[in-house]
Amino acid sequence: MELDLSMSWLIGLYLFMLAAFTGYEVIRRVPSILHTPLMSGSNFIHGIVVVGAMHALFNADTALGQLIGFIGVVLGAGNAAGGYVVTDRMLAMFKPSQSGKNDKE
Amino acid sequence: MSESVAAFLYLVSGVLFIMALRGLSHPTTSRRGNLLGMLGMAIAIVTTLVLAGPSFGGFALIVVGIALGGGIGAVIAKRIPMTAMPQLVAAFHSLVGLAAVLVAAAALYAPTAFGIGTLGGIHAQALVEMAIGTAVGAVTFTGSIIAFLKLDGRMSGKPIMLPNRHAINIGLLVSLVVLVGVLVITESHLVFWLVVLVALALGVLLIIPIGGADMPVVVSMLNSYSGWAAAGIGFTLGNLALIITGALVGSSGAILSYIMCKGMNRSFISVILGGFGADTASA
Repeated sequence: MELDLSMSWLIGLYLFMLAAFTGYEVIRRVPSILHTPLMSGSNFIHGIVVVGAMHALFNADTALGQLIGFIGVVLGAGNAAGGYVVTDRMLAMFKPSQSGKNDKE
Repeated sequence: MSESVAAFLYLVSGVLFIMALRGLSHPTTSRRGNLLGMLGMAIAIVTTLVLAGPSFGGFALIVVGIALGGGIGAVIAKRIPMTAMPQLVAAFHSLVGLAAVLVAAAALYAPTAFGIGTLGGIHAQALVEMAIGTAVGAVTFTGSIIAFLKLDGRMSGKPIMLPNRHAINIGLLVSLVVLVGVLVITESHLVFWLVVLVALALGVLLIIPIGGADMPVVVSMLNSYSGWAAAGIGFTLGNLALIITGALVGSSGAILSYIMCKGMNRSFISVILGGFGADTASA
């Protein structure tokens, strides 16, 4: 971002607060049967840290920095892909009816 | 791709993540919600890749890293038996915690590349954000490993009570705050690793007194922690996608843990403080 540091920091804080309240509002009424898939789903979402690791990797100017970034990317991507598949498998168990547990798969 | 286009695409992925959480909180839309989340992730990753540009040397490394990590993660998640899901989620959390620590370390060693100052002259603000992200990430890392071991039965699910554990935890927390302060003033790399070390110890100590029955709540709480860690890293990098997503997951994870506690008729405070009310805990 081209804004000066203090300004971009403040905007970051605005976004942070708004996103935090959004998270609260969106989740507030979740039925208990979906607790575990939701936890797993939000786990996969913060695989977004992979974006940070990618930054680290392409900004690295030493071999060590590249290694650190590379490991970060592998971990983040592992979390994102694995978390997605796990959540999907959990949700597949609910598939046939709207809330009844069904162990078909 | 210009930075403003990238910022816009990050916004799109942020909105997709919100819709994903929204979808996941209703039984009928949950799978679609999950898919939307994946779409948001794909947009964020591709945007970051394009922003870096294929001419860049690390480009291939990134692609290999994503393919490797994603492949391994997907295969493990496909093969694992349904009953082992909770511990798998815990294991995934530890990955995020570790990744957050690594990104902060990378920023500390190459601050110019991240635009947060020069080596030895990193802006105090960036150091604070970095230190918080690192500490939370490290707590998440070891905490999730303990949660994984307990859920997987490799470690007894019984609460492990150290004598004076509250005094120890408070001592560690205070020293963590002091160390963060010293780090901000001196920017010493040694102090950075001390912060990591203390936070790692704190992660272990916070989780070992918690009984197996409370583990789902703990996993959800760690989920929230790693969200905050991601947001901290987002501030350091000035990356809006990380800030939005981290805050979103952090707060939704916290409220979800609270709801789960209420559903199980357990005191939220006692679960979080690590066996504070362990006399009533069903181990």
